[in-house]
Amino acid sequence: MSQQRHPLFMPLIFVGGLIFGFGLGFSHMARPEVVLNFLQFEDFGLLFVMGGAAVVTGIAFALVPRLFDRAPLTGDAYGRRLKSFDRNVLIGGAIFGVGWGLSGICPGAAYASLGVGNVTILWALAGMFVGAYVQGYWRSQRAASETAPTSAD
Amino acid sequence: MVTELFAPALYETLFPVGISRYAVGGLLVGLGAVVIYLGTGIPAGASTFLESTLSYVSDQSRFQRYVSSRDWRVVFTLGIIAGAFVYALTFQSGLVSSGLYESGTTGQLYDVGGLTVWMTDVQPWRLFLGGILVGIGTRIGKGCTSGHGVCGVGSASKTSIVGVMTFLIVAIGTAQVVMALGVTP
Repeated sequence: MSQQRHPLFMPLIFVGGLIFGFGLGFSHMARPEVVLNFLQFEDFGLLFVMGGAAVVTGIAFALVPRLFDRAPLTGDAYGRRLKSFDRNVLIGGAIFGVGWGLSGICPGAAYASLGVGNVTILWALAGMFVGAYVQGYWRSQRAASETAPTSAD
Repeated sequence: MVTELFAPALYETLFPVGISRYAVGGLLVGLGAVVIYLGTGIPAGASTFLESTLSYVSDQSRFQRYVSSRDWRVVFTLGIIAGAFVYALTFQSGLVSSGLYESGTTGQLYDVGGLTVWMTDVQPWRLFLGGILVGIGTRIGKGCTSGHGVCGVGSASKTSIVGVMTFLIVAIGTAQVVMALGVTP
C-alpha cells in the first residue's frame, strides 16, 4: 500500500484477531471432534457459535453504516460483505463442505487450534495451503491463457 | 406438563454439554470481527490469508492480487493464534473457570509446565485430505465459515447464505458417510 497506514491499524487488527481466536478456543470450535460431533448430530451447540457470531456482526453491519460515515483508521466508507453469486459459490461450497465434513476443521478454527496447542492441526494447515495453491495456480494459468491473444509465435 | 417432562430430555439430547460455552464463544468471534470492522471498515474473513500469504513465495496472478492486504492478514491470523493461546493459558489450563464454561472430553490434554495443551485424536490423513479440499473450496467458493458464515450472513448477503447452506449440507452428508464407513476418530 502506497499511503501510510494509521499507526493503530495493525494493533487493532491484532486485538480483533485476539478476541476472535479466544472465542474459537472458548467455544471448542477449534477442536475438530466438536465440529464432527455437530455434523454427526451428536451435539448441536455449534449452531450457537455461528449463529451468535452472525447476530453480533449482523447488528453491527446494519447500525454502523447509519451512525458513522467513515472508518477512523482507514477513512474507508462502511459497507457490507456482498459477493456476486455464480456457480462457483455452489461448486466451491460443495468442495469446502466435503473437506470440512472429512476433517472437522475450517481455516479460522485451524489457526485457533494451533493456539490451543494442537500441533497435529499442521496437517490440515499444510493441506489448506496446498489446496489454495493448486486452485490459484490453475486459475492463474487459465486467466493468462484467456487474456493472452493467439499472437506472436 | 408433558413439555416439562420432555423438554429437559430433548435439551440434553440436542445439547449434551449445554449451550453457554458455544454462545459465549460465538459472541466473542462476532465481537472480534466487529472490532476490526468498526476501526477499519473491513469485514474480515480467515481464508484469504491462505492465498495472500502464498503471494510472498509465488508470482501467480491469483495470489499477487492480495499483495496490498497480505501483511495485515498475517497479523490477523497471528492474533487468532494468540487469542486461542490466551484461552489455553486460562480456561483450558483451569487457571480461570466460569459457570459459562464447560470443559470437554474430546481429544487429549497434556500438561506442559502448568500450561494445558489440547491435541486432536482425528487422524492426520483426514486433516490433510480435508484441508486440501477446504483450501480449494473456500477460494473457489468465495469464502469460508468466517467470511461467508459470520460476516456474509451478518451482511444478509444472499450469496453467503446460499454458500453456507451448501457447505453445511454437504459437510453433514460427508461426516455421516465417513462415520457410517466406520472411520473413527
